[in-house]
Amino acid sequence: MSLMHLEVPEASGGYSHYGVLARFKTAKALYRACEAVRDAGYSKWDALTPFPVHGLEKAMGLKPSKLPFLVLATGLTGAGLGFGLQSWVHIMAYPLVISGKPLMTWPAFVPVTFELGVLGAALGAVLGMFAFNKLPTYHHPLFRSETFARVTDDGLFIAIESWDPKYDDQGTAEFLSGLGAVEVEHVPIEDPVDDEGGGA
Amino acid sequence: MAQSQDNTHEPVTGRAPLIVGGYDFRSMTEAVAVPVERKTPLGWWFFFLPSLALLGLFGVSIGWLFWEGTGIWGLNNPVNWGFAIVNFVFWVGIGHAGTLISAILFLFRQKWRTSINRAAEAMTIFAVMCAMVFPGIHVGRVWVAYWMFPLPNQMDMWPNFRSPLIWDVFAVSIYGTVSLMFWYVGLIPDLATIRDRAKTRIRKLVYGTFALGWRGSHRNWLHYERAYLMLAGLATPLVLSVHSVVSMDFATAQLPGWHTTIFPPYFVAGAIFSGFAMVMTLMLICRVLFEMEDIITMRHLENMAKIMLLTGCMVGYAYAIEMFIAWYSGNPYEQFAFANRALGPYAWAYWIMVSCNVITPQLFWFKKMRNHIGWLFVSSILINIGMWFERFVIVASSLHRDFLPASWDYYQATFWDFASLIGSFGLFFTMFCLFARFLPLVATAEVKTVLPEADPHQGEELVRVVRGGSDTDAAAQPAPAGGGGA
Repeated sequence: MSLMHLEVPEASGGYSHYGVLARFKTAKALYRACEAVRDAGYSKWDALTPFPVHGLEKAMGLKPSKLPFLVLATGLTGAGLGFGLQSWVHIMAYPLVISGKPLMTWPAFVPVTFELGVLGAALGAVLGMFAFNKLPTYHHPLFRSETFARVTDDGLFIAIESWDPKYDDQGTAEFLSGLGAVEVEHVPIEDPVDDEGGGA
Repeated sequence: MAQSQDNTHEPVTGRAPLIVGGYDFRSMTEAVAVPVERKTPLGWWFFFLPSLALLGLFGVSIGWLFWEGTGIWGLNNPVNWGFAIVNFVFWVGIGHAGTLISAILFLFRQKWRTSINRAAEAMTIFAVMCAMVFPGIHVGRVWVAYWMFPLPNQMDMWPNFRSPLIWDVFAVSIYGTVSLMFWYVGLIPDLATIRDRAKTRIRKLVYGTFALGWRGSHRNWLHYERAYLMLAGLATPLVLSVHSVVSMDFATAQLPGWHTTIFPPYFVAGAIFSGFAMVMTLMLICRVLFEMEDIITMRHLENMAKIMLLTGCMVGYAYAIEMFIAWYSGNPYEQFAFANRALGPYAWAYWIMVSCNVITPQLFWFKKMRNHIGWLFVSSILINIGMWFERFVIVASSLHRDFLPASWDYYQATFWDFASLIGSFGLFFTMFCLFARFLPLVATAEVKTVLPEADPHQGEELVRVVRGGSDTDAAAQPAPAGGGGA
């Protein structure tokens, strides 16, 4: 989890902009535009929305999240540790013989094993989601755009990054306008003089 | 008023829409964010200050307990478990409705949950906080409360994992942890909304820190939604296990009145029942106080009333079957325990329980009563009282007369018993007031997904935009938002 995440290629000196940011009016327009961007062969781009637009990953050509595998692993680890702890306590660390019953009483260990399995899985889901999403990421070039504040309100955006092989300063912006974007702007990569949110 | 608009219906299913009042994305943001941003309304202080006073009472009663010991409570020899365990079970139960709404209804794709899940989850966390106080303080020697946890210590002593009481420690603390994570994950996009609207530096800093730099990337939403789904899937069996484990605190004892196999499902149903009553109470107040009648609509309230009716009937069935099995078992101790419950010294508590829990929800068979705000409020209070008495009846009436008549006694709660009960409400409502003041009460990002224009395929099939009051106009023409947006 890096605080300063930005996947800028090694030789970032050559890039004048982070990329192009385009705003769309409706979820439907965004969906169509995502399909077009995907079909145009862009790879370093993203859709940014205030809520998860249903099925947008199909339009973007994204693969399903691999998070479930991690959650399975952490869940089994939690359950295993829980069962191991209880067995170790009752067989080795603090053996109590009650009415001559065996020390290994696995049915009694089921509830705590289950609870610790759930804890492991839930931690895996949340921390795994943070790791996969590189959260927290407190600094990002997109936050330099004035209009981008609408991404948590009603703004539906597509951002194409300038290090995409198919990127072209003018061409990409025109391409996005042609897809029905209502606003298109270039987002700077470096902190500009404070008052400028990037040229349109 | 908003209720008048609730007669607009979804065109296909004929159901009332989830959100009324003609919201779009921006006005939805406004509706949820403004209560966080505006000056504190006077009505908020009206709830907050009494809550804070009660919290102070809680602090005093706990302080006195620590100083003097559990002798300040009304515990006696047969009744060794009094209000502390009653309050514990009561509060854990309250929490369960929050998880039901946020997790189980999510898995069943009940989209109406989106308007109330945030507040219900917050309620869960605060209820679990209240619940966790009681086992912590009731142990007598509080300075050794850490013995409840499997911590290495100089005595080489370990907890007994064969005891349901230690299962409870794990179940409830993990339940609290998972609920908190679930709630926080849901909050992240909304915290980002407040961050992006923040005007002052301190707001930017605080909300910005907790928003983790969320920027709504769909590559992030993909993992986010998957994580949320899995948390819902984990919380569902967790919530069922928690109250089952709580019920085993009783059911594994051999005491007549406790030693029954019906306890786990009976406790889970009762928990959801009481929790929905608490959600109802809170929502009825919040929707008025924060002007959210269009987001938390009559449809939500009616659905909650239906669930209260269902779980109320399940609880009533459990009461009946307990009686039947006591008779059918032929066990004189069981038979006595249940006859004593309904007719003995605690009959008053038993009949309060039955009238509040079994009779009260029966009025919800009538649509008119499910839509009657006043009755919803009164019944939600009555059900909460009844569910507290259910736990009181289980604890006190079973313990006070067991196998040995020589040790029979009557449990009489003291001032300090009541102080800690009322004080725990202070903790709960103080936390809830702070939540309602400083955090978005409704899951904005989620509610936006149920607005018609959130559908990327809007206008491709039968589309009628159902907006309050204007559905006949909108029906005649395609959706105004459709058509490529160019």
